[in-house]
Amino acid sequence: MVPFAGYSMPVQYRQGLIAEHRHTRSQAGLFDVSHMGQLTLSGPQASLALESLIPMDVLGLAVGRQRYGLLLNDEGGVLDDLMFTRCADHLLLVVNGACKAADLAHLQARIGQRCRITPLDTHALLALQGPAAATALERVVPGVAALVFMSGGDFAWAGHALFITRSGYTGEDGFEVSVPRAGADALARALLAQPEVLPIGLGARNSLRLEAGLCLYGNELDAQTTPARAQLLWAVQKVRRTGGARAGGFPGAARVLHEIEHGCDRLRVGLLALERVPVREHTPLQDAAGQPIGEVSSGLLGPSVDRAIAMGCIDRRHADIGTQVVAMVRGKPVPMQVCALPFVPHRYYRG
Amino acid sequence: MALKYTAEHEWILADQGVATVGITHHAQDALGDVVFVELPEVGTHFDQGDVTGVVESVKAAADVYMPVSGEIVAVNDALRDTPALANTDPLGAGWFFKVRLSEPAQLDALMDETAYGDFAK
Repeated sequence: MVPFAGYSMPVQYRQGLIAEHRHTRSQAGLFDVSHMGQLTLSGPQASLALESLIPMDVLGLAVGRQRYGLLLNDEGGVLDDLMFTRCADHLLLVVNGACKAADLAHLQARIGQRCRITPLDTHALLALQGPAAATALERVVPGVAALVFMSGGDFAWAGHALFITRSGYTGEDGFEVSVPRAGADALARALLAQPEVLPIGLGARNSLRLEAGLCLYGNELDAQTTPARAQLLWAVQKVRRTGGARAGGFPGAARVLHEIEHGCDRLRVGLLALERVPVREHTPLQDAAGQPIGEVSSGLLGPSVDRAIAMGCIDRRHADIGTQVVAMVRGKPVPMQVCALPFVPHRYYRG
Repeated sequence: MALKYTAEHEWILADQGVATVGITHHAQDALGDVVFVELPEVGTHFDQGDVTGVVESVKAAADVYMPVSGEIVAVNDALRDTPALANTDPLGAGWFFKVRLSEPAQLDALMDETAYGDFAK
């Protein structure tokens, strides 16, 4: 058990990190992600209010659909990354555990007059991930298999109202289940009783998301990192870009829109080590001449790819796929190659 | 000679001036699945407490310290290809290196099995 975002959480269960990681890729893994912040925005102005804080299309999101979003500061840096879903009469946000108090304060200060903000401290969050997740969850909560990636809906189990989205952070098909606290323990046990399901700790959650090329707040993302630098411009819909119907109008818009047109100085990239040496966060990166060009943000030996993989932020001149760079690991050079993300293909269920 | 232990969770077993060093069962258990071991070079002299290399699991990296002063005379090359030996057989096939003791008396101050058992609780 380790302290994480103010919670005591398991790094791994009895199976160990590598077995848990592989089990999630081959069967299904259950993650207790109740430390993450859940909150709702409601009222007629809620969508427009949220659009004033993130460069995403909220207004155009249909009921039952989910999107990835970035809460930005006035310089265009990322305060947090989040998922938001349009429910019938409100927006449901899921934010990072370590950021949730600051996020809530930010939302209340900036849009608290325009909509009602309700933290769902009353709810736990369980993620079931892996190719057998749909089969296992359908057995417990009939009907969920009809959901497609990045959609959600209301369900019920043992008298508890559930909100379930088909999403997650492992690159696999899977679900996130918002459940009232009173039902969380029993639901987790019911899921663990399914033959496909093992409990998965924080360690494998990290190795799975890194293989999937997904950003971790605090590693790939922070208040100094813009959407362009993080290579997350796919998440900025056209309607919010220059020339779009609701272009700009979010914090840091001038810089974010400028970088969409002109690029930025540094970029997040995938890195594959050419030797079997783990290259961890904060490892300095150099070019062939020994000049500093950036730093690793996350790195480990990927249990599924069976190679030392990493993500890092480097000078744009060295960010092309195939470029060779050098990581200085404990003073020794380890050759790495800039590579395409993800390291393991996503296997989302799109219907 | 009996096994001795350090506060950094290495074990050491001396035999006629040469000692074998590895990480303890407790250390490998705390680290989890070992995926990488960096070993020292044969012929290098280290003082007691120097960092000789590193042992890494998916989740963490830990330095490996020299339990006693001396010169490296052999390293366990099998660990390079099969780092998991440090998990499956930490006191046997998962040994790290052998050292020729330059100050054998340093062994006396290390923990014995009982003391380490209490320490690692």
